Amino acid sequence: MTWSVVVPDIVAGLFLGAFLALVAVGYSMVYGILRLINFAHGDFYMLAAFVSYSLLAVVTVGTKINWGNVVWVGIVTMIAGGVLAVAVERLVYRPMRRAAVLSVMIAALGVSQVLENGVLNIPGWGSNYLPFPVTPPSTGFNVDGVHYTWTQVVIVAIAVVLIMAVWWIVNRTMLGTAMRAVAQDRAAATLMGINTDRIISLVFFIGGALAGAAAVTSSLYYGQINYLEGFSLGLQAFTAAVMGGIGNVAGAAVGGLLLGILESVGTGLFGAQWALLFAFGALVLTLWLRPTGLLGERVAQRV
Amino acid sequence: MTALLATQSLSLRFGGLDALSGVTLEIPELSLFAVIGPNGAGKTSLFNCLTGFYRPSSGSVTFDGHDITRLPAHQVAALGIRRTFQNVRVFPRLSARENVLIGAHLRASASPWGTVFGTPGMRRRERALADEAEHWLNYVGLGDKANVLAADLAYGVRKRLEVARALIARPRVLLLDEPAAGVSSVERDELADVIRRTWESGVTVVIIEHDVELVMQLAKTVAVLDRGRLLVEGHPETVRNDERVIEAYLGRRRR
Amino acid sequence: MPRESKDLAAPSEIAPTALSDVEQPPASGLNVALSRLPPGLPVALVALGLAAFLPALVQNTYIVSVAMQVEILMCLALGLNFVVGLCGMLDLGFAAFFAIGSYTTGLLSVDSHWPILATMPVAVVASLIGAVFIGTPTLRLRSDYLAVITLGFGEIIQNIVTNLNQTGGPEGISGIAPLSMAGLTITSTAGYFYVFLVLTVLFTWVSYRVRRSRLGRAWLAIREDEDTAHAMGIKVHRFKLYAYMAGSVYGSITGSLYGAAFIAIAPPSFGFSESLLVVMAVAMGGIGSIWGALLGAGVVIASPEMFRQFASARLLVFGFLLVLIMVLRPQGIWPETGLGVERRARSVARYVRGFARPESRRSGEKAP
Repeated sequence: MTWSVVVPDIVAGLFLGAFLALVAVGYSMVYGILRLINFAHGDFYMLAAFVSYSLLAVVTVGTKINWGNVVWVGIVTMIAGGVLAVAVERLVYRPMRRAAVLSVMIAALGVSQVLENGVLNIPGWGSNYLPFPVTPPSTGFNVDGVHYTWTQVVIVAIAVVLIMAVWWIVNRTMLGTAMRAVAQDRAAATLMGINTDRIISLVFFIGGALAGAAAVTSSLYYGQINYLEGFSLGLQAFTAAVMGGIGNVAGAAVGGLLLGILESVGTGLFGAQWALLFAFGALVLTLWLRPTGLLGERVAQRV
Repeated sequence: MTALLATQSLSLRFGGLDALSGVTLEIPELSLFAVIGPNGAGKTSLFNCLTGFYRPSSGSVTFDGHDITRLPAHQVAALGIRRTFQNVRVFPRLSARENVLIGAHLRASASPWGTVFGTPGMRRRERALADEAEHWLNYVGLGDKANVLAADLAYGVRKRLEVARALIARPRVLLLDEPAAGVSSVERDELADVIRRTWESGVTVVIIEHDVELVMQLAKTVAVLDRGRLLVEGHPETVRNDERVIEAYLGRRRR
Repeated sequence: MPRESKDLAAPSEIAPTALSDVEQPPASGLNVALSRLPPGLPVALVALGLAAFLPALVQNTYIVSVAMQVEILMCLALGLNFVVGLCGMLDLGFAAFFAIGSYTTGLLSVDSHWPILATMPVAVVASLIGAVFIGTPTLRLRSDYLAVITLGFGEIIQNIVTNLNQTGGPEGISGIAPLSMAGLTITSTAGYFYVFLVLTVLFTWVSYRVRRSRLGRAWLAIREDEDTAHAMGIKVHRFKLYAYMAGSVYGSITGSLYGAAFIAIAPPSFGFSESLLVVMAVAMGGIGSIWGALLGAGVVIASPEMFRQFASARLLVFGFLLVLIMVLRPQGIWPETGLGVERRARSVARYVRGFARPESRRSGEKAP
């Protein structure tokens, strides 16, 4: 088995990884600030996909792709994703700040059910796989006999830019420092004069916006949307975030990328049905070697 | 008197910080021993090393002549060493009685058959344990609060609960981390009473304390730690007047 | 080994301090006996009485089958309660043990024609092996990592049974023998309603006994404060494994009987959604509480059924209900600390008021 057999899988995995990374970063940031596994996060992604679908369905005329439309729809979708996340935070998670984490997780499950079944019941949406109104062109270039499209390059570039922007915000700005303070010790952060409510809402907004970006780009890439895709993607994103070191932007991004590649390579090597086993095996191995994830903080060795 | 609990050149490093440096101590059996020192001196770190919560960077801890340096916390507890915590770690969502019962974990019956089927032998042992829990709750003055959730108890009351929970294990050594911190003077006297009675019944007691009154009242031997080092060890009056100790607490006199 | 210190003073010699006058309990034997019984027992006995007559009272097989599903979830919830409720570990893959039990019984019954009762010990052993295999390296992990690993374990088991020919692949196994014991073969829905009723009662009783034993107390201590539990002499890692193992036993026994009751089993019944149903039952009912687990199972199964009138929107309504309950009563409907009915009205008011108050002025907030 030569190296080149695996390359197309790795490349395909890179794209899957890009979407996973975007969603994983949002998941991870929310976990970092509230210690909450937000099961509804994947459904933010799903709802955003449907929003972008409907917007594009309205404005798209003919088959020629109008990049201007795609751009503004993308931006609107990101904002919509952010707003949705903030709404859920304010209505459901904020009143539960003092509750046991398990209870909040169940509430998140409830939100997930509401979003999924809400989409199911909205006329025009429903349970079918809906083809995305816009199909990106397949013009591109060839490397080693494999064809890569410009669209793919743009998608990866967008993901990279967004994640780097978020990383920069979290690690290089006062705002990011405030976020990290709230994540580490909320009470102390309040005492410093930080408005923790607003910071938490902001983190949710960013997470939702990233999910929105992932939604538009992946819908463009895969060409169809479905009301159940969010949950599965959310789970994978969570796994990726844990693998990379949860609570950590770079970790989530690396985890997402890695998981995407692993799943893709696993599918190629063992067939789609065993890809999951392969990915989880990798996760277990990672946690065994580095219990806090690949880029996770070193926890002091207590006896 | 022989040393029951002793350390030899005990050192503990966290990154660049030396929490403990070459501490050599001997705590005689049946003594009432106090460890004092300014904040950050390493007193709680010492307790953590003694009880297996921290693994020291170097040096050793011996109990009854046996090296227990690397023993995990639950094995140290099994040897008969019990402790309370500076920030009072009772089990919040359990009642006072259940808290005390858990202290007797090692003495309770572990038979799976008995557990599932409720054999007479099992019931008998559980009832005896329940009676003992009640005894210890009364001993620290919490008899009427047996069914109250620990989280609903006042701070001083929780401190006493911690002591009851430690005592039901019939320990040989009881380590108390700042038992008088944050309590009223009435409660402090009650606690001192409990501590003295416990010591009189044959338990070796080691206290970390800031409250000089309490230390002078109770302790027979005092050790002073400052910035991880043992400054001096001896009779309370001697230690109190030692220049190095005064300097550690109050700073050097400007000449 | 620790030498016992001199006998400490007997209770009569110690005068209680000023703040505590020891209450005298009422002297009558009946009072004492009654106070020893678990709270809520009268209600439970009434419910049990009603349940026993359900198939006769309600001449509707569908309702009886729903009731049976409630019982099945009750059994699973009681098992998960050991892990999540008492010991405080987040397990998102409990369906794996349910699957192991079902498939072990299914395979032995269909391929080797073993009677159901004979397959059950094998199923239990298989699930214990799985629990030890997964639990030993992972139970020491932080709860979020544990959540992912257990989730993964559940997915992997489902993956395996879906893809292996020996386990019937995506179609599963059919033709599982019915349960027969003491010459009686059970084939009707009502019959299995009673089988699972007995199992539920049995599991509840064992759970209750375990909760009041050293084992249950150790689990609670671990849940509340792991480090302090260590200081009590509790071998935390081993006890966590015991909790996981106990849960697996409940799961696999339930799974075995499930196979017998439904004759056929297939992979979709053993996925993450099913694991989540069990988690929902425990969390909604009241984490750690036995009655809570039973109640939660009832709510989780019964609500979607009651909402059938909403047709395709019934899960939507269920989702709203779930969110509502968790937001207004996060400790669950019947938590360990009791029902506290009077508090419910206040919690709605508190929720509404919460919108007006910024975090800095909220009282008693615990740091994360």
